[in-house]
Amino acid sequence: MLGFGFLYAPIVLLVLYSFNASRLVTVWGGFSPRWYGALFRNEAFGAAALTSLEVAAAAATLSLVLGTFAGFSMARFGRFPGRLVFGFLLLAPLIVPEVILGLSLLLLFVACQSWFGWPSRGMLTIMVAHATFGGCFVSVLVRAQLAGFDRALEEAALDLGARPWTVLARITLPGIRPALLAGWLLAFTLSLDDLVIASFVTGPAATTLPMAVFSSVRLGVSPEVNALATMFLAAVFVLVALAGWLMARQERRRQTTPRIRPI
Amino acid sequence: MTGLGRIGRLMLIGAPFLWLALFFLLPLLIVVKISLAESKIGIPPYTPLLANGSKGLEWRGTLANYVLIATDSLYLRAYLGSIGNAALATALCLVIGYPIAYAIARSPSVRRQLLLFLVIMPFWTSFLIRVYAWIAILEPQGLLNQLLIALGLVTAPLPLLNNQFSVQLGLVYSYLPFMILPLYGSLSRLDQSLVEAAADLGARPLQAFLGVILPLTLPGIAAGSLLVLIPAAGEFVIPDLLGGPGTLMIGKVLWDEFFNNRDWPVAAAVAVVLVAALALPLLAAQRFLEREHAA
Repeated sequence: MLGFGFLYAPIVLLVLYSFNASRLVTVWGGFSPRWYGALFRNEAFGAAALTSLEVAAAAATLSLVLGTFAGFSMARFGRFPGRLVFGFLLLAPLIVPEVILGLSLLLLFVACQSWFGWPSRGMLTIMVAHATFGGCFVSVLVRAQLAGFDRALEEAALDLGARPWTVLARITLPGIRPALLAGWLLAFTLSLDDLVIASFVTGPAATTLPMAVFSSVRLGVSPEVNALATMFLAAVFVLVALAGWLMARQERRRQTTPRIRPI
Repeated sequence: MTGLGRIGRLMLIGAPFLWLALFFLLPLLIVVKISLAESKIGIPPYTPLLANGSKGLEWRGTLANYVLIATDSLYLRAYLGSIGNAALATALCLVIGYPIAYAIARSPSVRRQLLLFLVIMPFWTSFLIRVYAWIAILEPQGLLNQLLIALGLVTAPLPLLNNQFSVQLGLVYSYLPFMILPLYGSLSRLDQSLVEAAADLGARPLQAFLGVILPLTLPGIAAGSLLVLIPAAGEFVIPDLLGGPGTLMIGKVLWDEFFNNRDWPVAAAVAVVLVAALALPLLAAQRFLEREHAA
């Protein structure tokens, strides 16, 4: 269990030192929430956070649509022409180094701009870039959950005369709701976290939170960043705990009530 | 489901396919194109490949950027440095991750869920912040040095930050979960009766591990290794924040060419060579991960 200590010790220390009264990050000067106050008065971080949240929400929603289509296709359509290429296109953005995704997308946007005069670089281009890899992550989750999904339910509904699209909307999609929820949240947090790709594809108008954090971190450890990180961790923890609780509740309901619902 | 109709299927496959072709494949082709251009001052900061000359359209492409990469030893050392660092990080992740994955796979159900959750949790927290957290620990006046001095193990602070050690530590720390998850997948499907059979037939634990467990979990080992190796080779944040003057990694070189030297064509050529080097591992990764899906 030493491994888990290794994974979590830096995070725990970071949280602890965000409440440090001393400006020196490595000297404990007593408990104080002063850096949280400083953080809220920092307008650069505030504006960047707003930009990041907007981009992340839009990118996650687009990722969810694209990723669900893709995950469903890979799980359910068996062999189709181009399946191997499709699978590769869905996997590659997950592991190709970020500098390559960032540079290549930037060059695409610059070329587009010189051909069509559109789009100008900024929030829109970051959103498109994030939706590209976010969709791939969603497709992995959707595909995995569909693999474990009981197809007898779908077949029963079809036998009872429901049309395929109705079955998809009323049986399949509600059945994989945990993957859809987790997928959206994952795409959202990945977008919120991305530094490298956003730095390449952004224009002068848009600065995201990681870019603001990175430029202050490059100058050394900053207590304000510790406070920001702690708040980010707390938000993630609450979201994940909430998602876990919802899933557990759904699971309990499923076990206590009959599964058949009118279509 | 088969009843969705041709148009429905075409839409479900086509929309994400088209998106990825447009925003993943096409950009890579544009990178190749620009790697053949020359850098110039202006918008965009590179020359066109086709230009009007005395005899109509003329080909103006050049291999000069590739020649530069091949002849300037900075690039070669950076590529080798990246691959070396990534390979060492992969090996360390495997050595550290295998016992963890094994322990998780052998835990009782409730605790297994909790441990898996703990492994996945770092995916949900900021990568940038997790790397940054190490700076406060490794600094000369940092927590680790304070601890070592307080324990009387060293008298002067050790140089732990901005060197090869901190980069390696950052890589292992950041990519460990990518190794543990596929290993766990393989180990949890391992038929325990095979291990018992080996023991009944007189195999000692080490023999059973080398002869039965290890070969059966090779797909997980391969998948995990590739998931660590490929992104680690192009890593930028870790060498930038934790590295020092001696760390040469290609992700950082590419970043500097682009943002500091503003030489887009050279940055593009660096990217093309990196993609070419990673193409085979990428294809292998797809093979192993598809096998995981099928299992």
